[in-house]
Amino acid sequence: MVDAAILNDFSEWLAATSLSHTVQTAGWIIPALQTIHILCVAVLFSSAVLVDLRIWRLLQPDVPLLDVGRRFLPLIWPVVLILLVTGSLLIVGEPRRSLLNSTFYAKMALLAVALVLTGLLQWSLSSPGFWDRDMGRRVAGRLAATASLLAWCGIIFAGRFIAYTQAG
Amino acid sequence: MQPLADVISYLENSGIADNIRENDLLFPVIESVHVLAICLVVGSILVVDLRLLGLASTKWAVGRVTRAILPLTWGAFVVAVFSGGLMFISNATKYLGNGFFIAKMVLIGVAGLNMVVFHFVGARDLPKWENQSRPPLRARLAGGLSILLWVALVVCGRWIGFTMRPG
Repeated sequence: MVDAAILNDFSEWLAATSLSHTVQTAGWIIPALQTIHILCVAVLFSSAVLVDLRIWRLLQPDVPLLDVGRRFLPLIWPVVLILLVTGSLLIVGEPRRSLLNSTFYAKMALLAVALVLTGLLQWSLSSPGFWDRDMGRRVAGRLAATASLLAWCGIIFAGRFIAYTQAG
Repeated sequence: MQPLADVISYLENSGIADNIRENDLLFPVIESVHVLAICLVVGSILVVDLRLLGLASTKWAVGRVTRAILPLTWGAFVVAVFSGGLMFISNATKYLGNGFFIAKMVLIGVAGLNMVVFHFVGARDLPKWENQSRPPLRARLAGGLSILLWVALVVCGRWIGFTMRPG
């Protein structure tokens, strides 16, 4: 557990940098970064939903999972990179809002879960029919898909709640 | 417009609107549901638009992509309208005075119009070209315009938050 005092000092140092000043003083930068951030979340979330619904056979059950996965899973990684850049710049602009906020850490934990599940699903695609071999695999696949959906929903909720739980 | 103004003021003074205004948790929860639904609308429509532009999903026919994706888009759109409506009635007068809110409503109208025109005019001979990886110009225009409109809509949505209330 990182000491709260260290995070506090780090936030103060970050807020005093010239990059932070630029982000703070030009009023349009933060909403612009947030807009790019949300558009990227839209791409990620929709991609994950389309793959997860295919695993549940609720969407395009006649298209092989391999094809759906290949179309939507690999793109998640470059988009995550844009999210990390815009997210980091938002933290530089308002360090205390996130770094001293437990909602932010909950969001990062959920992101780790979602990315591990994405990696797992992507890896499973290399062996066709991986989630269809027996009853246990079918259940496991659906559990992974459900966990992925819930993690992404949690990320979006936590993202919005950062604004409402920030330290004063 | 007086009947409309009466309906709006009736909703704004209703018990539900009062609850959303007074309860600390209700507004952020509704707002999160709204963001979630908008993400799904924009992300799923982007899949269709990129297919119309011939930039992705080109191994699938256009009709296949729209049949698979659009039910999801519509479902999410209904949730977005409902959650957005709840936020609207909590502070209707202020939203109506916000330029970004008005712009967002106009953009929804234009995006809908773009879709209707494409459906009834641009896609009338869909079976003839839906297997081409690069659809005709009118389809590419509809897809490109749709992307621009939805991005602009998200921009307006985020700016409503910054011009209406802190956070």
